[in-house]
Amino acid sequence: MVTVKQLQYSYRSGHILSFPSFSLQKGEHGLLLGESGSGKTTLLHLLGGLLKGYSGNIQIDTTELRTLSESKLDTFRGKNIGFIFQKNHLISALTVEENVGMAPFLAGIAVDEKKTKHVLAELGLAGKEKTSVTQISQGQAQRVAIARAVVNNPRVILADEPTSALDDKNCDRVIRLLLDLASKHDSTLLVATHDQRLKDKISRHILLT
Amino acid sequence: MNSLFLVWSYLKSKPLNTVLNIVLLALGIAVITVLLLFNKQLEEKITSNAKGIDLVVGAKGSPMQLILCNIFHIDFPTGNINLNEAERIARNRLVKNAIPLALGDSYREFRIIGTTKDYPELYHAELAQGDWWKNEMEVTLGANVAARLKFSVGDSFESTHGLTQGGHAHEEQKFVVKGILKCANTILDNLILTSVESIWHVHNTHTVEDSVSDESPISFVPSKLVPSHPAGDSTKEVTSLLLQYRSPMAAIQLPRIVNGQSSMQAASPAFETARLFSIMGVGVDILLGFAYVLVLISSISIFIALYNSLKERRYDLAIMRSMGASRGKLFLSVLLEGSTFTFLGSVFGLVLAHGIVVLMSVLVSEAGKTGISGIVFYAEEWIILTGSLVLGIICAFIPAVQAYRTDISKVLAGN
Repeated sequence: MVTVKQLQYSYRSGHILSFPSFSLQKGEHGLLLGESGSGKTTLLHLLGGLLKGYSGNIQIDTTELRTLSESKLDTFRGKNIGFIFQKNHLISALTVEENVGMAPFLAGIAVDEKKTKHVLAELGLAGKEKTSVTQISQGQAQRVAIARAVVNNPRVILADEPTSALDDKNCDRVIRLLLDLASKHDSTLLVATHDQRLKDKISRHILLT
Repeated sequence: MNSLFLVWSYLKSKPLNTVLNIVLLALGIAVITVLLLFNKQLEEKITSNAKGIDLVVGAKGSPMQLILCNIFHIDFPTGNINLNEAERIARNRLVKNAIPLALGDSYREFRIIGTTKDYPELYHAELAQGDWWKNEMEVTLGANVAARLKFSVGDSFESTHGLTQGGHAHEEQKFVVKGILKCANTILDNLILTSVESIWHVHNTHTVEDSVSDESPISFVPSKLVPSHPAGDSTKEVTSLLLQYRSPMAAIQLPRIVNGQSSMQAASPAFETARLFSIMGVGVDILLGFAYVLVLISSISIFIALYNSLKERRYDLAIMRSMGASRGKLFLSVLLEGSTFTFLGSVFGLVLAHGIVVLMSVLVSEAGKTGISGIVFYAEEWIILTGSLVLGIICAFIPAVQAYRTDISKVLAGN
């Protein structure tokens, strides 16, 4: 599902990052480990098509990302990739339900309200659909962000430090939730983190140096 | 979920900011539209009221006053002219039609005009009820007069001397209403029409009248202007003559004849109204300039609001890109946001302007008398609406480029 070969990315400053080659099968989950500055976020952005101009290969499913034009890449990302960031970055002008609905809308898929409701219910947010995102707790907000990432049934879910700001109890809950949802939606989950607590939750480790 | 909904949610999330910008723009647009409505309608009224009248002949004085008094019935007469002298002009071969006007009396705020049937015919006036005046002391009322005074056919009233309220009443003679005109949005709506003889009768100043009519019963030559009266009577007076030219040649010769060879003056409605507009134009231009400044300030304010809110929304934009929105989509959605601001502003502005004009025509009686209506729409209002959309796009252009150029990876990585 995800294949990385001899990937290199050079920053504008001239600094070059090399990444280890790896591949993940459909339904297989991976943990991207490394110190701050080792390029975890850069790799996730490359995999998600947020950064372009790499050398080597990145294949998502069977698509080589380099071959896609910018607008094709946008569409591809919308349909196949779900992002979860350390901060939730919800759109504060919208309600919970509308935030989740943004994902299919922006990906150009018809918004299915039943599905939105269902995903929110899976994450324990039933009854909060019409609430403004400025009026829910941090934990709830993160679950909304997760709902938004999985609602399109993406092939790949990329999570950037989803747990590093959480206490042990919540860390445990969030990673369970992610793994659970990824299996349910048949997605491949790749988590980038320096959070040692996750090491024994996902067996496949990719180490960046 | 659609782009408009998203834009609407963003506007709603900052209600004070949104309302301020919309109100600011609406005020500017309202001033422009009120001026448009007033100016257009006034111009239409003035040209339609002056239509068919090529020249006004009256006593010497201000030509503008002569026009204002005898065509628009606003100002006071310059004085009277001798009937005999007026007839000489009326008989000139260059004159196709001459209509005498005798002013001097009023009832409440409405003027009583002594004239002939040619005068209402000039405006193609039609009767709503009753009949035209025939004998002395019979009147036909304009539609607005009848409506405001609640008069109907058969009612009678005493006129007041002078054209303002509070003059002394002519108590011994009563006018009788014979008919009421249909409303035609002309000056006739606000006039009380009667015969020239009625005006003379009420004033009855010249007691020598009898001796004149005694002398000429055998060879009675009717006056061209007042047919019941013998021609060449130098004791009777009228206020003015409205002339129609027979040929374009008259436009050159007649004013010269009148101004040079008589104690009267001639004034051209076309020339004087053009002069009036150029005088009024200064005031209108100042107001219009003020309105444009308002619109300019509101566009700057909208620009700043969008610029700032997009700075705050950098993460929103990046997140939307990460969910599959293309650069073009974000660019368009910011333009849409700007145009929504200005579109709402101009729609409120237009509604406000029509509301103001409607209120004015109801509350201010002078405005009501001019017949200016708030429920008239002009093609220019479409221009205002489209213009506002373009303005919104201009205000939003730089913020939209900002949105277009957002480096998603950098924004998302640099928490």
